[in-house]
Amino acid sequence: MAEAIVITSGKGGVGKTTTTANLGTALALMNQKVCLLDTDIGLRNLDVVMGLENRIIYDIVDVAQERCNLKQALIKDKRFDYLFLLPAAQTSDKHDLTEEAMVEMITELKKEFDYIIIDCPAGIEQGYKNAVAGADHAIVVTTPEKSSVRDADRIIGLLEQEEIEPPKLVINRIRNHMMETGDMLTIDEIIQVLSIDLLGIVADDDEVIKASNHGEPVAFQPNTKASISYRNIARRILGESVPLQSFEEEEGMMAKVKRFLGMRKH
Amino acid sequence: MLAKNQFVTIKGTRDGLTLYLNDTCDVDRLLEELDHMLMSEHFDHEESLVTITVQLGKRYLHTGEREKLESIISKRSHFVIQSIESDVVLKEDAIRWKEESEIRTFSKTIRSGQVIDIVGDVLLIGDINPGGTLKATGNIFVLGHLRGTAHAGHTGDKNAVIMASYMNPMQLRIADFFSRSPDYESDGVYMEGAYVEDSGKIMIDRLHVVAKKRPDLSGFERSVLNG
Repeated sequence: MAEAIVITSGKGGVGKTTTTANLGTALALMNQKVCLLDTDIGLRNLDVVMGLENRIIYDIVDVAQERCNLKQALIKDKRFDYLFLLPAAQTSDKHDLTEEAMVEMITELKKEFDYIIIDCPAGIEQGYKNAVAGADHAIVVTTPEKSSVRDADRIIGLLEQEEIEPPKLVINRIRNHMMETGDMLTIDEIIQVLSIDLLGIVADDDEVIKASNHGEPVAFQPNTKASISYRNIARRILGESVPLQSFEEEEGMMAKVKRFLGMRKH
Repeated sequence: MLAKNQFVTIKGTRDGLTLYLNDTCDVDRLLEELDHMLMSEHFDHEESLVTITVQLGKRYLHTGEREKLESIISKRSHFVIQSIESDVVLKEDAIRWKEESEIRTFSKTIRSGQVIDIVGDVLLIGDINPGGTLKATGNIFVLGHLRGTAHAGHTGDKNAVIMASYMNPMQLRIADFFSRSPDYESDGVYMEGAYVEDSGKIMIDRLHVVAKKRPDLSGFERSVLNG
């Protein structure tokens, strides 16, 4: 049974698009048929992160307004046979897309794919409503910052009014050393406030920025912290039970000696 | 001419006079007789002020009738109406009393941007998150974390209280008073309640202290008496 999952956050810049691209890639790595939907009309990014910008001919608004059919607008990924992208429009207005059109498109896509992952724009207006319209599940992305958690809380409140299952949480950009010193909200604090299930945590990893600048999602790399995180989340979406990753730094020889001499606290 | 004391019975008590009015006869005749009785010379006009309690029995007076009754009594300058009591109330009043005295229980997380408005007392099983607001005309009890805003007695009841199993609010409001959290980061406190002190300041103290300040917190009578 195909599932449509919307990735949302309320606040901008917390990593919705990155999460969408990487979960899509990770699910494709596990031999799932995946379609990514960018609903951030006017500010499309997902195609850039996926490195598919140069292949766009038609976009989601063209499909909604029947200037082309759905198959024509889908862009096949460079790396996988069954990873597709339906890009957002760059020149249209978000009101050119309606909730009904979205539901229709997603119903159509469900026949073909296992997972449809919808990248939601920031904010809570029409764009958000469009993105949520056809979704069965929602993933709320937040960072360990108060403003981001506040917006996530607001979005969760709005999602509760929709006819979808309770949203799951992804905490992005975790900096372990700041959590340890108390300068950043801890995972427990965030979960306590938001009181929804945690789907996964992702470390703040430079590789993510490097990878998205190359148009190649980090989840594709074998062994960086963030890529493991995203693949773990994908495995949990598929129903596997995977323990949470620990972001503690491996201790070097010098650190061990220093700690032994009492010069450094763990 | 009506027979004397047919519909009205007067009893003298230490606190003044109680008028028992028959509840089965016609209102106009009743008031006429009352007027007549009070006019008679039984009542010494030299006396100091007399307080009057009127017992209507199972009769409900609508506003016009009530005004008439009041004017008949207060026409005599040494009579002061203390109360007019009836054994019956309007359904809508009864429902309002019930609503105001009821404790509404509901379980959810009040999230940022959400405002819940309740008539009567409210027991929330869940949290109020930062940015969320819970308003009630009565008391607020939170079985969870109060991190947002709570407004008790928002129609003006200064005696309302806010109690929470974990109190770390952004703002507390009771009637027209409000207080906010300090500007520095602070840990919350467990099992505390807020009330308005006589000086008009909102105070937070342990639950049993607050309960002592508001002894009528328990019991149904409180709301009925206030109603």
